[in-house]
Amino acid sequence: MRNLRIISIILLIIILACVPQVVEKDSIINLLCLVFLYISLASAWNILGGFTGQTSLGHAAFFGLGALAARLLWIRGFPIYPSILAGGLLAVVFALLIGFPSFRLKGVYFAIGTLALAQILNVTVGNVFPTIAALPVEELVAYQLTPRYYLFLGLAVIVVGVAYLLVNSRLGLGMMAVREEEDAAESLGISALRHKLLALVISAFLTGLAGGAFAYYHVSYYFQFPFTPMWSLDMLTMVYIGGTGTVLGPIIGAVFFVVLKEFLVLNVGEYHLIIFGVLFVLVVLFLPGGIISAWKKIRDALTHRTKSNAVKLSPEAKS
Amino acid sequence: MIEAVAQNLVFGILLGALYGLAAVGIAMVFGVTKFLNVAHGELLMFGGYASFWLFKLFNLDPFLSLPLTIIFLLLIGTVLYKLLFVRMVKLPEEEKIKNTMLVGFGLTLILQNIALNLWTADDRGITTSYSGAAFTLLGVRFPYVRVAGLVISLVCLFALQQFLRRTYTGKAIRATVEDWEAASLVGIDVHKVYLLSFLIGTALAGVAGALVLVSFSVEPAMGMHWTLKSLIVMVLGGAGNFMGTFVGGILLGATESTAAFFIPGNYRQVVGLVLFLLILIFKPQGLFGAKER
Repeated sequence: MRNLRIISIILLIIILACVPQVVEKDSIINLLCLVFLYISLASAWNILGGFTGQTSLGHAAFFGLGALAARLLWIRGFPIYPSILAGGLLAVVFALLIGFPSFRLKGVYFAIGTLALAQILNVTVGNVFPTIAALPVEELVAYQLTPRYYLFLGLAVIVVGVAYLLVNSRLGLGMMAVREEEDAAESLGISALRHKLLALVISAFLTGLAGGAFAYYHVSYYFQFPFTPMWSLDMLTMVYIGGTGTVLGPIIGAVFFVVLKEFLVLNVGEYHLIIFGVLFVLVVLFLPGGIISAWKKIRDALTHRTKSNAVKLSPEAKS
Repeated sequence: MIEAVAQNLVFGILLGALYGLAAVGIAMVFGVTKFLNVAHGELLMFGGYASFWLFKLFNLDPFLSLPLTIIFLLLIGTVLYKLLFVRMVKLPEEEKIKNTMLVGFGLTLILQNIALNLWTADDRGITTSYSGAAFTLLGVRFPYVRVAGLVISLVCLFALQQFLRRTYTGKAIRATVEDWEAASLVGIDVHKVYLLSFLIGTALAGVAGALVLVSFSVEPAMGMHWTLKSLIVMVLGGAGNFMGTFVGGILLGATESTAAFFIPGNYRQVVGLVLFLLILIFKPQGLFGAKER
């Protein structure tokens, strides 16, 4: 069973890697790029928001910093991969700066505090870099979609891989213990602050890398654009739609989010955000564990599994 | 120079009164029900639009049409409560805050785009016969509409405090805040108290929206800005003390405008946010809040 799963995952990655060789249409490649970007963002957010239970509304800051550093270095002639790495590291520096003060805040105050921090950065960047980040002509001429596609695919594989390794590690279990009951975790010798900080740093680094990839992909945007709070809300939305605190949830959420949004834009035009909002509210109210828990419930009902124990032990049933 | 500083300060205080009024609304809802309604700014925006269209279509003065604006917001509030928020009344506190926040984000998206589709993205303002008028005191201008905003905010605040202090229903609300289980044991209908508190918050958002319209203008995307300001002021002032919340609003307005005068560039929002974070970290119970029991 386990081997089968690993083989099918590897197969899926190989198939996805072949897509640009087979598919000619740029629109499909672009859509897949977006899907991979959002999978990376949702999975990275989930490490702090899902596994560790610290709902952040400030991840746009990490995304924006990653994009800012990578873009500035890249258009000054640095090779792209080190530039993206620099973006991730800048996000880590910011995470370390804000980590200690913001983890003095609990629950919803943490959420609002991180939103405020991200807004400070958003406004400041808008003042310091009020212009559009346009590409130099030679880069514009050399622009090709395929390397961007592989970058996004690689990024998604890395981020999901990190999340998968975390879930099965001592560190990840510690994070989940902190989420469930901080005091109890502390009494078992798990340092809550240390685990929260590590989760923040890992999450920020991966989000920063995603920002760098975004900077490599987008031809022109305002420097401020990746800092807008919309990005933080999108990450949270995707993870909640898919299912928090799982590896698969953010992936499902991201695919659902991007595909549904594209579908609605094409079919209902200007009303797409209203419908999207309604769907999100419905998920929060009626599917508290996201799509993944709904799927589990359906599967359990179909296979007539004896409910009591099986359901009670699964972590999703608790929340 | 001094006159310019004073002028800035006065405008800041008058704007701060609107921050305060919006924040008292969100604090009223949060204090009683523990609903964190992040769509508060969108409700405020709807209040502004209600007032705008009453003026545009029926030529009703925005101050005289305040009762109609309030009724409109009460209708919206009732629908939102009965349709969505009532489902989260029984959740444990932390879940309740989180889920209402998430639902609030969904609502933000919905309400903002409804406004965008119905009324376009244009900035809407109104011009009445008295719009530009002002009196001058010691060389500082006081526009009538903004002073009226301050006065109406204070009237609302005073009425709310008297209502909570003197009436039977007000006492029931305060009892529910203290301990909702005990309150329901002595025969208080907690559901009604929750609905009423939610509606009071909505109505205050409506009044604030109308006041924002007469002093400035309204547009569909303004909600986020006002929600953020309300949250900041709520934390600044400390929950559970409406006078403190209101004073927090005035402080924020005054600080922002003074900072904007001395710091070049568009950093007034940053100053407010930094102030907010410092208070949140070093004095989490707020400037005027009681110590945690």
